[in-house]
Amino acid sequence: MNINFTLISQALAFSTFIWFTVKFVWPPLLRAIEERQKTIADGLAAGERGRHELDLASQRAADILKEAKQRASDVILQAEKRASEIVEEAKRTAKEEGDRIISGAKAEINHEIFSAKEALRQHAAKLAVAGAEKILRREVDAKVHADMLASIEEDLSNG
Amino acid sequence: MAADTELTPTKYIDHHLTHMTVQVREGAFWTLHLDTLVTSIILGIIGMGCVWLVVRRATSGVPSRRQAFVELMIEFIDNEVKNTFHGNRHVFVAPTALTIFVWVLLMNTMDIMPIDITAWVTENVFGLHYWKIVPTTDVNTTFALALTIWFLMIFFSVKVKGLGGWMHELFCTPFGKNPLLWVLNLLFNFIEYVSKPLSHSLRLFGNIYAGEIIFLLIGMWAATGVAGVFFGAILGAGWAIFHILIVTLQAFIFMMLAVVYISMAHESH
Repeated sequence: MNINFTLISQALAFSTFIWFTVKFVWPPLLRAIEERQKTIADGLAAGERGRHELDLASQRAADILKEAKQRASDVILQAEKRASEIVEEAKRTAKEEGDRIISGAKAEINHEIFSAKEALRQHAAKLAVAGAEKILRREVDAKVHADMLASIEEDLSNG
Repeated sequence: MAADTELTPTKYIDHHLTHMTVQVREGAFWTLHLDTLVTSIILGIIGMGCVWLVVRRATSGVPSRRQAFVELMIEFIDNEVKNTFHGNRHVFVAPTALTIFVWVLLMNTMDIMPIDITAWVTENVFGLHYWKIVPTTDVNTTFALALTIWFLMIFFSVKVKGLGGWMHELFCTPFGKNPLLWVLNLLFNFIEYVSKPLSHSLRLFGNIYAGEIIFLLIGMWAATGVAGVFFGAILGAGWAIFHILIVTLQAFIFMMLAVVYISMAHESH
């Protein structure tokens, strides 16, 4: 248990080991650890940012969905309105068309009635004239009474 | 294991506690304990070399198992230093703490090696009759470490506070700046400066030396007969297991004290 030169040699060895550690051992590992800490911190920050963005995106998606639903119901409403309008309009057009057809038919009928009456009348007048001729042939000269006969014929066809 | 014809307990213990010495020059001081020096340097090279080999290829990505182990140790030490030392610890204090912890731990761990087997190996394989393999049971080692720390303490005191600041601290603390108290302050500081390396080194030395002695006593019991061998083996194993704790704890305490002393030197009162 005597203090001797060993002490000095051990102190030198110790100093050398300290120098070695300070110079070669500590810095690389410290650098690696710090880099890793930075990487981890960055990763955590990125994760946090991603989650935040996900929140925003889902918020936006919900908004868009709501808007789309709103617009769809608007469109449906408008379409229904338009459909009923079209139906109304079709009904009105059909009614007008019908009325027109009916009035046309009525006019045609009237016209037919009129021409039938005319033909009938002429026919009757001719018959009357023919009868009268037959009656008068015996007593009346056709050439003499032509004026009278023409006026009678006219009266009949106008009457 | 001595070559003498008769092996007495005294001779046995004496043999295990005798250093291999080399005389560097004339005089009692110039004796060199070659076993202490060589063993400690080999252990230091193994310890710091292993750490260096791992650290050299350290990646900031996913660490290998070996790197993770080294990182675990270094971060543990770094944390302890961070709690004590308030400055840029990466420049000097933390690496120093790492050196102390690894080196002292390895030197202490030699204590757990079976004494008589290692003695047989050193004698019969290397031809060395005396070879103590536990450097921290040599008071020179613990004093060397403690005194190096002590000089570092003074160096940092002067570096941080300036020579005047340090002198001021020596004369004016802890009792006050009154000139009447100067002598008292100086005396107090003197005692503190003497007691620090003493307690620092002797704590480590005492613990490991006592552990070694107990191993020797257990080894002697084993020489008494079959029962002695049986109980000696059980006791030796128990003491070795308990010693794992002591060895680590003493290395840790030695490191912490060194950090605390250097930290104190950085802070003015």
